Amino acid sequence: MKNREVILSTRSLGKYFYDPIKFKVLDNISFEAYKGEFLTLVGKSGSGKSTLLYCLSTMDTSYEGELFINNEIITGKKINELAALRNKSIGFIFQFHYLLPEFTCLKNVMIPALKLGKYSYKEVEERAYNKLDILGIKEQALKPASKLSGGQQQRVAIARALINDPAIIMCDEPTGNLDSKNAQIVFDTFKQIAHEFGQTIIAVTHDNDFSQSSDRTIELADGKIISHEKKNN
Amino acid sequence: MKKSINTDIAFTHIITRKRQTLVAALGVTIGVGVYLFMNSLSSGFGTFSKGEMFKNSPHIKIYKADELSLPLISSDSGHKAVIINPQITTNSKKIINPEELLSRIKQQPYVVNAIAQVSFDAFYNRGKAQLRGNGYGINILEYDAMFKTGKYIVAGSLNRLSGNLNGIIIGSGIAEKLNLGVNDNITVTSSYNVVKVMKIVGIYSSGNSLTDNAKSYMNISAAQQFIKEGPSYVSDIFINVPDADNSEKYAAMLQHLTAYKVEDWKTTNADVLATEKTRGTLMGAISLSILVVAAFGIYNILSSTIAQKINDIAILKATGFAGKDVIRIFLMEALIMGFIGTLMGLMVGSILIAIMSTIYMGGPVGYFPIHFEPALFAKSTVLGLFITLCAGYFPARKAAKVDPVEIFRK
Repeated sequence: MKNREVILSTRSLGKYFYDPIKFKVLDNISFEAYKGEFLTLVGKSGSGKSTLLYCLSTMDTSYEGELFINNEIITGKKINELAALRNKSIGFIFQFHYLLPEFTCLKNVMIPALKLGKYSYKEVEERAYNKLDILGIKEQALKPASKLSGGQQQRVAIARALINDPAIIMCDEPTGNLDSKNAQIVFDTFKQIAHEFGQTIIAVTHDNDFSQSSDRTIELADGKIISHEKKNN
Repeated sequence: MKKSINTDIAFTHIITRKRQTLVAALGVTIGVGVYLFMNSLSSGFGTFSKGEMFKNSPHIKIYKADELSLPLISSDSGHKAVIINPQITTNSKKIINPEELLSRIKQQPYVVNAIAQVSFDAFYNRGKAQLRGNGYGINILEYDAMFKTGKYIVAGSLNRLSGNLNGIIIGSGIAEKLNLGVNDNITVTSSYNVVKVMKIVGIYSSGNSLTDNAKSYMNISAAQQFIKEGPSYVSDIFINVPDADNSEKYAAMLQHLTAYKVEDWKTTNADVLATEKTRGTLMGAISLSILVVAAFGIYNILSSTIAQKINDIAILKATGFAGKDVIRIFLMEALIMGFIGTLMGLMVGSILIAIMSTIYMGGPVGYFPIHFEPALFAKSTVLGLFITLCAGYFPARKAAKVDPVEIFRK
């Protein structure tokens, strides 16, 4: 049904924590994520799922093994190159919104695009309005980010993750702070993003409803992948 | 609109944190203000005291230095002649052929002014009262061009001396002590026992009692008569150059023209200059330390801003801002604070200078010698900005090193 184009893959990814004692958090992780796939990472607390996500995010570089994004090796790239790559190709959504409180919602959404510098200020503004519209919060655009409700703030954060049309969107417990209604909105949005726009979503979650309705769930335990539950292939 | 997003973020931080910005800027204001003011004080006073020095000493002086007696026997006879206990010669201290030397000096392109002077020890008498002093034979108009003596004339005039062989201009101290006024006669005796009765054509008051109580001016030929010398006798040649600060360079060039001793004012006044330098260093050190303290204000405010905004920094880094972008953002904030502070500091400094210049110090100083010096304004600006940049760099670098993963995993 879908094209099986690999967007992200790992080869024997491993990682140690050294504090308080040397401890292997990730052990020989190899998997592939496909274009337009809604992928969830689940596992018990301490299973290494968040650690894995941060390795994939390119923000954590102290791992062994190899990471590929768009068939290009990422491991070993310089910090500045990685920053530029994140700017262009990866969107982030966290449990907490991390909006800049001094800026309006619109400006918060625009910042990554202004950094990318691909479009003019006017175009970026238009695109930001467009993203906020998709998430149903266009009316809040000119309010300061700190004046919004939690659910609205999280949707602004999603709009920010989408602004540069990244190939991959990485989420760490995106619905963790939301009530079920807002969580449902976020969930529907993710589905739309993956299936309609062909962007890949990799989300860490312990919300069962959330993981069950994703395309695929990878379960981790003690730093190892224990299941590749595949559904509608 | 070519405003980068980094600038945008920096300005938004500044605008939303007006109070902190103002506090940091005020630190710099005080630092820059005091720096400007103290250095203006020091520089103004330095210029003033240099001016005082040039009231009666030239940039460069040529005279015949004392020389030790040499054996009369020439040493090429194969013998060595030695004088036990040699002393300075009793040869007269005159400059031979001064007219020719003077005209040669005047031909030098860098010589602004050159005059000849004949000096002698004088005694001023009225009845039985006697004062010791020095008489100077000069061409009064040329002398005035060099030392602006005209400014200090309090009675009579300079012009009455020119061409008047019997005229004399005396210091106000002499006039007071001997109770003499303009057009009175004064008896002047030299150490060569020449006695002349002269007419007072002018009285000056320079503010320096050592000068006012001792020195008198007359025509060169009158002075030459006092020491029983002919018209070719000159004891010193005074030279002014365009740039007093480089006088030693010109002195070296002049030394090529003559065998006589060429001495620049810095050599003559080495002690005064050393004092001056010490004072300048002292003022500079104090004002610079105040500036450094001000820089700590910026450092503090920026450090706390960064601590509070650590989440914002993390998300900026996650969304693709590199370390150098973060440094730029916070350095820009430091610079804005520094710029505002420096601007206000220049204003505060100007106000202090303006107030100081209206304070009357009395005596020959008059109002306090302080001026608006563009060079010092420029220096204060550059220093103010430089110091804020340094103070901003360290917290900014810390911000650049924030590890976003650590923040997000909390």
